[in-house]
Amino acid sequence: MEFEDNVPIYLQIVVLIKKRIIQGLLKPGDKIPSVRELAEEVKVNPNTISRAYQELERDKITETKRGMGTFISGDENMMEAIRSEFSASMVTRFIRDMRETGFSDEEILKLLASAINTEGGK
Amino acid sequence: MSALLDITNVTKNYGLKTALNNVTFSLEKGRILGLMGPNGSGKTTLLKVLSGVQHPASGEVIIDGKHVGVETKAMVSFLPDVNPLFSWMKAEDAIDFYKDFFADFDKVKCYELLDFMKLNRTQKVRSMSKGMIEKLNLSLVFSRKARLFLLDEPLGGVDPVARERIVSTIIKTYSEDSSIIISTHLVHDVETIFDDVCMINEGEIILQGSAEDLRSEHAMSIDQLYIKMFADKI
Repeated sequence: MEFEDNVPIYLQIVVLIKKRIIQGLLKPGDKIPSVRELAEEVKVNPNTISRAYQELERDKITETKRGMGTFISGDENMMEAIRSEFSASMVTRFIRDMRETGFSDEEILKLLASAINTEGGK
Repeated sequence: MSALLDITNVTKNYGLKTALNNVTFSLEKGRILGLMGPNGSGKTTLLKVLSGVQHPASGEVIIDGKHVGVETKAMVSFLPDVNPLFSWMKAEDAIDFYKDFFADFDKVKCYELLDFMKLNRTQKVRSMSKGMIEKLNLSLVFSRKARLFLLDEPLGGVDPVARERIVSTIIKTYSEDSSIIISTHLVHDVETIFDDVCMINEGEIILQGSAEDLRSEHAMSIDQLYIKMFADKI
């Protein structure tokens, strides 16, 4: 897995798990990989994975059942919350990049609309 | 957590050249430390001092509460930067050799690691590539039940696929009871496995801290930070 340079890795692991939730790869009630499994999969220090898991637990996205593992605890509302959090950050980033490159808001809207039309026609 | 390793004011000279100058740091149990610096910065000397192969001119090294010496040698597993194996040895001879040498050597684990590394136990060291020799040595070093593992440039001169294997093995072997120090200048390939980072230049520590803290604080990867720290020094 490639990581972004300027963000702590544990936060990127949090994002990775959230992404798997909204992609439907992890559903409420599902068991998430153990610290060691995920560490080996993404080649990250197990302590860093632990820290990410603590973060997820604090945000009530997962819960640990003693002796059984860690499970996705949320419901539909949580999924929706993560979806909007993701879309907001992606849209914000897109708009910021476009503005920085010198596009006006009007142009951005036009380009987006035409790109979506082309995509839809595929 | 308690410190597994405490190094205080360690200085070491080779003749007139200062190899280590007043080095002080500590490492807690269950952590992986990246020791980084250019060639000749003192990384290898520091690891040799920790392994007990070389003695510092002054200063103190304490491993798990004991001064470095015979007792600590039994707790420290060291992967040197040059191949210590004889070329006539087969992989399995090397395993027997280690078994004779180290009471804490786990032969079964070593064969498992050998398989994971996709190494043939009857192949001779003479006919192995650099990457294969590195993987064999790493398997041997990691098959000891040591408290402190010292890996000197485990990735140097190794192809990317073998490098991935080596990184996976380090993560697999990680245990909360032991610590690992990895010296490298190939920062990008391993930085995600470090808890702590220590950058060394001309025998002096110029930066140390938790890898994640340094990433947030400087808003860059450890690799970028390394380049920034050494850009005007090399």
